[in-house]
Amino acid sequence: MELEKLRHGTELIKRGFAKMQKGGVIMDVTTAEEARIAEEAGAVAVMALHAVPSDIRKAGGVARMADPQVTADIIEAVTIPVMAKARIGHFVEAEILQSLGADMIDESEVLTPADEHFHIDKTEFTVPFVCGARNLGEALRRINEGAAMIRTKGEAGTGDVREAVRHMKQIMGEIRTLKGMTKEELIMYAREIEAPIELVMETAEMERLPVVNFAAGGVATPADAALMMRLGSDGVFVGSGIFKAENPPLMAKAIVEAVNNYDNPEVLAEISKGIGAGMKGISVDSIPEDQVLQTRGW
Amino acid sequence: MRIGVIAIQGDVSEHVESVERALAERGETAEVVTIKHKGIVPTCDGLVFPGGESTTLGRLILREGIAEEIKEAKDKGIPILGTCAGLILLATRGDSQVEKTHQYLLGLMDIKVNRNSFGRQFQSFEVDLDVSVLDSPYNAVFIRAPAILEAGEDVNVLASIDDKIVAAEQDNVLALAFHPELTEDMRIHQYFLDKLFN
Repeated sequence: MELEKLRHGTELIKRGFAKMQKGGVIMDVTTAEEARIAEEAGAVAVMALHAVPSDIRKAGGVARMADPQVTADIIEAVTIPVMAKARIGHFVEAEILQSLGADMIDESEVLTPADEHFHIDKTEFTVPFVCGARNLGEALRRINEGAAMIRTKGEAGTGDVREAVRHMKQIMGEIRTLKGMTKEELIMYAREIEAPIELVMETAEMERLPVVNFAAGGVATPADAALMMRLGSDGVFVGSGIFKAENPPLMAKAIVEAVNNYDNPEVLAEISKGIGAGMKGISVDSIPEDQVLQTRGW
Repeated sequence: MRIGVIAIQGDVSEHVESVERALAERGETAEVVTIKHKGIVPTCDGLVFPGGESTTLGRLILREGIAEEIKEAKDKGIPILGTCAGLILLATRGDSQVEKTHQYLLGLMDIKVNRNSFGRQFQSFEVDLDVSVLDSPYNAVFIRAPAILEAGEDVNVLASIDDKIVAAEQDNVLALAFHPELTEDMRIHQYFLDKLFN
């Protein structure tokens, strides 16, 4: 087989990769050891970063891409896919992560944005991207820039699931309102939410986002994870919820099983017993406005 | 007729839609069901094992008690299609990566698999692939795909890329390293359905 006949980095491959994650749990990890625990628990992928969101919150200052050595160590440690976070608009961090072999890049509002006007042109990359969104307009703008996967933003590092619920309901509700709209109404709606008309029409036709949509931000217990699945998410990202829990390996395993059994309360009850306390967390409404992460990313 | 898609994790809905589209193409009606828990596999006339993360899938089919049921279905001669992660789980033996993670394998096909055989995600690719049972090349989508390194005498090789086997069958089991459910071309699914309807 001649190598030039292989077509790399196509939309089909990027979106296809995201589809393989469906029904799974993607866990934030900061060391190779944590990555092994996540893999052992049944995570479908890990997200490499220098500190989990709750620690980023506490530390303050500028949050950047993790030390490439840490990401490289994590890639070496596990056989499941490794994702890694770059700052919004920081295409050089993204290039570095791609060259390290990261399987997906998260252009993440959890890190301090590098550009307050422009997101990364994700079509220029071979690896797929996941981006955060709070509503349909944000989601479709990110997809238009080349994102192969969306995650609802929630409010990262809080252990308070309410913003994840708000964003998932917002997006699912907006998709429902598209049903039955005429073409003129869709055109007007696309203008209102500042999204490309082609993507609005595609969403209306599919009755779902054109790419995989995971829940994120504030998921801290098996019940939280099951709740997000019930609301229509394709899978779940868990950040501080696992490695800030009393017993991370047990919590990780329980959340994986909860995502698989999200529609069975009796099984969820069993899964949730005796796994130790979840992360302590902070209520979203106690956070000063200038420390809210979800508003980053427009 | 009832066709079950293992729905633990991975691109399940794509497989369900593809099987339904392929059934419609040939004018057959059959029920397509998803399998998350034990008890459903024994009611199926055909099984599809989708792509996803093989380590995750392996752990959960064991925990949910589905693994034993799939083995029994194989012994009864039920046609089984495995794609990507599904191919890995059908194998009898794996490479050092499989050993390192103590990965569970069903052992339904006499093959040795190599996980992520073509590299990481940036090396994933589409290619026009010659498949021996199809009359023209097939656009095959490989995503962090595995490959078969060794196949037993009873295994029929259907497609290869250089020295790596990417499609094979043995008795009632059909295994693919690529994803026919991600494209509109239903010929691979039709080949699988032939085993149920012919």
